[in-house]
Amino acid sequence: MKKSVFLGTLAATALLAGYASAATLDDVKARGELNCGVNTGLVGFAAPDANGNWQGFDVAICKAVAAAVLGDATKIKYVPTTSETRFTALASGEIDVLARNTTWTFSRDTDLAFTFTGVNYYDGQGFMVKKDLGVTSAKELDGATVCIQTGTTTELNLADFFKVNNMSYQPVAIQTNAEGEQQFLAGACDAYTTDASGLAATRAAFASPDDYIILPEIISKEPLGPLVRQGDDQWADINRWVLNALVAAEEYGVTSANVEELSKGTDNPEINRMLGNEGDLGAMIGLDKDWAKRAVSASGNYGEIFAATIGESTPIGLARGLNAQWTQGGLLYSPPFR
Amino acid sequence: MSDLHSESVAFVRDTMLTPQSPPASQAGAIKWLRENLFSGPMNTILTILGVGIVVYLVNLGLPWFLHSVWNANSLAECRSAITATWGPDAHGACWAMIRERWSQFMFGFYPNVFYWRPILALLLLFVALAPILFAEFSNRLTIAGGVVAALVVWLAASYGEWLPVGILAVVAAIAGLLAVQGTKWPHNLIWFPIVYAGIAFWLLWGGSIFTPIAALAGIVVGWLAFRILAPIAGNIVAVTAAVVAPVLWWYFGSEPVIDLLSRALPRVEPFWLPPVDSDQFGGFVLAFVIGLTGIAFSLPMGIVLALGRRSDMLLVKALCVGFIEFIRGVPLITLLFTASLLLNYFLPPGTNFDIILRVIIMVTLFSAAYIAEVIRGGLAALPRGQYEAADALGLDYWKAQRLIIMPQALKISIPGIVSSFIGLFKDTTLVVFVALLDPLKGITDAVRASIEWKGIYWEPYIFVGAIFFLVCFSMSRYSMYLENRLKREHR
Amino acid sequence: MATFADTPKANFRLGMLIYDTRYRSVTIQIVVLFLFMAGAAWLLNNLFTNLAERGKDLSFSFLWYRAGYDINQTLIPYTNDDTHFRAMLVGLVNTLLVAFLGCVAATIIGVVVGVLRLSSNWLVARLMTIYVEIFRNVPVLLWILVTFAIFTEVTPQPRDFKVTDQMIAEGQEPAASMLLFDSVAITNRGTFIPKIVYSRSLGEIHLGFLPISIDTLLVLASIVFGVLVFRAIGNNATKVQEATGVRPVTWWKRLLALFGPLLIVLVALGFSLQRPTLGGFNFTGGVLVLNSFMALWIGLTLYTAAFIAEIVRAGILAISKGQTEAAYALGLRPGRTMNLVILPQALRVIIPPLISQYLNLTKNSSLAIAVSYMDLRGTLGGITLNQTGRELECMLLMMLIYLVLSLLISSGMNVYNNAVRLKER
Repeated sequence: MKKSVFLGTLAATALLAGYASAATLDDVKARGELNCGVNTGLVGFAAPDANGNWQGFDVAICKAVAAAVLGDATKIKYVPTTSETRFTALASGEIDVLARNTTWTFSRDTDLAFTFTGVNYYDGQGFMVKKDLGVTSAKELDGATVCIQTGTTTELNLADFFKVNNMSYQPVAIQTNAEGEQQFLAGACDAYTTDASGLAATRAAFASPDDYIILPEIISKEPLGPLVRQGDDQWADINRWVLNALVAAEEYGVTSANVEELSKGTDNPEINRMLGNEGDLGAMIGLDKDWAKRAVSASGNYGEIFAATIGESTPIGLARGLNAQWTQGGLLYSPPFR
Repeated sequence: MSDLHSESVAFVRDTMLTPQSPPASQAGAIKWLRENLFSGPMNTILTILGVGIVVYLVNLGLPWFLHSVWNANSLAECRSAITATWGPDAHGACWAMIRERWSQFMFGFYPNVFYWRPILALLLLFVALAPILFAEFSNRLTIAGGVVAALVVWLAASYGEWLPVGILAVVAAIAGLLAVQGTKWPHNLIWFPIVYAGIAFWLLWGGSIFTPIAALAGIVVGWLAFRILAPIAGNIVAVTAAVVAPVLWWYFGSEPVIDLLSRALPRVEPFWLPPVDSDQFGGFVLAFVIGLTGIAFSLPMGIVLALGRRSDMLLVKALCVGFIEFIRGVPLITLLFTASLLLNYFLPPGTNFDIILRVIIMVTLFSAAYIAEVIRGGLAALPRGQYEAADALGLDYWKAQRLIIMPQALKISIPGIVSSFIGLFKDTTLVVFVALLDPLKGITDAVRASIEWKGIYWEPYIFVGAIFFLVCFSMSRYSMYLENRLKREHR
Repeated sequence: MATFADTPKANFRLGMLIYDTRYRSVTIQIVVLFLFMAGAAWLLNNLFTNLAERGKDLSFSFLWYRAGYDINQTLIPYTNDDTHFRAMLVGLVNTLLVAFLGCVAATIIGVVVGVLRLSSNWLVARLMTIYVEIFRNVPVLLWILVTFAIFTEVTPQPRDFKVTDQMIAEGQEPAASMLLFDSVAITNRGTFIPKIVYSRSLGEIHLGFLPISIDTLLVLASIVFGVLVFRAIGNNATKVQEATGVRPVTWWKRLLALFGPLLIVLVALGFSLQRPTLGGFNFTGGVLVLNSFMALWIGLTLYTAAFIAEIVRAGILAISKGQTEAAYALGLRPGRTMNLVILPQALRVIIPPLISQYLNLTKNSSLAIAVSYMDLRGTLGGITLNQTGRELECMLLMMLIYLVLSLLISSGMNVYNNAVRLKER
């Protein structure tokens, strides 16, 4: 009899099985929920708070997309992914969009058949060392033991950097940040390397952050961005333009506080077009007129999100740097809404 | 002779000496010490070594435990509290983190208004298992029942829900009715865990109550098919029908019925619970769900595999051996990766079912292969006479297995089976490698990713390890008790 | 002819396929075979449909691409310019190393603990029970992590060994110092031990991917030769003793035979030990035994040893008390009773479950990545998988390798099991 119970469960699961088709937008709307792949836990970018609500910079992207598509920023199923499972989860349709600090690389875009919909954070790999080590440049790290968090492009960048500079090193590739930190604090590695944002977050949580310095060298380009499956251009467009809307909103001074008021009409036609007061851009991507308004009101424009999750007022204290608007010397540059 | 003797002896004692207390070295604590700790040079060395290790470990860990902080909102607050109380060089434990994130460690992201549902499922588990676990102690059973009832009422009161009390009342009513009728506890209640599985599924995942009822109805359908067909068409046909009929019911019959019933009745509590997606499971709820489901399904599967492996049918045997050896030959994490990465390749395009379910299936298969080997050992240990006696009585294969072989073989295999279960429960921590939030690494690292608790290291590990120890240790103790209870041979 | 074939056919009814026990098993097997084939065909069909849909192919050519990442423990030569295949081999060798050493150490500790649990020493027996229960009932992943963290916390950093001029002037001792005449340094990165160098090295021969040092071969050959001569002299002495009743004095000959060839070879090769010295960030020279290796090794060993201890204890308890009493009656001391009488008999009970513990240890070594030990899972199933995105190929290959490994171990141990099994006459 018990055997048939087992079979029964299998049968029941087959009933529960969902299907992912080419039109992700329709799936998401039908489901009433956005499946968003996030990190299992990365300070400032994605982490659950004490009540189990996911918070962070990457999470805010999910919220904006959900708000634009479904009209409700809470209709999200967060799917934690590891560096091994993230691409499979996206490719198999388990998630609709992956917002997990993933570096935009050639092979991921082409060979793995994904579409990066933009860059939400320009990062780069850096090094952190103890101050009393007396090292001021990464080029002085010849012979050092370096702790790496695996599963990213980090190992390759590190290997390349030491090769180019003709130096040797001892890699300690650790899977989770917790173990890496513990090793680094105990002095088991001389340097700790990961994306500069991660270094800053890690350093901020040390008992005595001032004893550690982040070296000036940034050895790689890490444009981190959300990605979707290749072949569904409409869905890719939605994600791309939600991100662009957040960036443009900051540029034009649209914030979560004034978006309601501005959407009634302004002098700036660009804002009017974006917020649906003029023309109907939403219809071109299969959404309604207010999509951008909802995206911005979900957790604010790009600048607000940055300030609330990883900016200088938070313990992580990241400066805008490359992630400032192009008008402020950064790289954020949204194509025009027309 | 005696005269001669008495004359030849110079002194005859006529009063006995007053008994003396034994020498200090032969009594009390010193004797015990000498016998148990310092009975020889080797033992003395071992004792000193042992004391040394204990002292070293206590020295290493005790100050840290003594300097514990229980009330704080972040690691930084903990650190400053420790510095303020015990000086700048002191290190201390920050248990405040466990306090603040307690519910996450226990329930993961389960909605907190529904915490009563997994708790109730756990309490009902004890109710469901009690008749089987403690068959011989009806008085203890009463006490345990009282405790569980009190807990359920407390649960209901604290969450303002009357459903737990309702379920409990129904269970108590059924149990009472059966007791009045004089039903023997363990034997006639085999169906109890099956019903429990339905209730637990409904409590944990929510949705319409008719889903589990329809699933359970499949078993009834199978049973009916067997009962009706067995006299008419013979056993083989009846068994086939008993397998096919439920499958047909589950595939075609159940869905419209569920739909109809859930539409007919309002979406309120006794018929409908707000659904909870399995991605909200985490922490110990996840570990228990995976562990217990795995345990429940791997035992019958293991028995079937073990029988298959000992079968005379070459092909069946080859398949079973191949399956068992394959599963036992690869690490569990590769199977978990298969569940997470590869299953999508092997299922029809677009199929995408629940990751937790996929993991449960893999864990069950893994554990079943091990249990099959344990049971095979038990079967091999049975004297041949038992098989021959069963044949001599004219029992067919299944009857012989059910009445003669399995009860004995399973009894022999109990320690092995329970240690497989313990292994399975411990292995639930590996699901972190496929991004499920298990308590040991998953929840811990997620908590560490919050700004408040970043940098905390030992406390969550110690806490989670202690809970795992408690659960696994009790399981192993229970298996020892069961072994003694079932011991029939006299030594 | 025709009548012969027809006779049984006439009696055969279709129902017999089900009701006749002679045919039933055939029927069931055919049904099973059919179901199995159908299932396999279904899975394969899905696989190819899915692959086609995603525009992927089942190709292992990525194994020959440049790996591009570094591995911290390479027993066979490897640089980041080598292929993924070679990285996989490096990982495999690392897995084998930790599995082999883990099995050896776990057996030793397990037997000792299992015997000590039955010791008459109250404290030791209790301590061993506590050890076994604590280690058995907590997930192995936690033990590996804990061992790693403890290793890192209690051992000194390399810079603690540093002696500066200022410290000499102030008469301070460094926080940590090297052991065994400044030849071994235990740090929280690993233990640095002296390296054997030959000043007149004979070079290497390349055996496929594996370079083998001729020096090492020579040294091994001289040791084997020495042992053979050592035994030959001993046997000869026994023969002389049996013939004449007097055993010739041979101890110096035997010693010479044992160590002479080795010494000659070592001197000829210009043998010396290169001590690790502190320079820059790390010790240089010498051999580094990584802490991640040590942690994984010790964590797995202690965990598995707890299980082996229980197996050993059960094995000893299974031997009837009469055996012990008989041994005592023969005048054997408790230690010799255990070694010569009880353990050899208990071994028969112990071996089969021991095999599965060895398998478990080998499989559990795949948790290595948690402590940064680059085993098969870390290279092939970790970085290679991540870099190439070939999860299907990587996972299948990894499962295949582990499967072969497990089957090899269990068949090897089964051979041994058959050798020590009770020979019934």
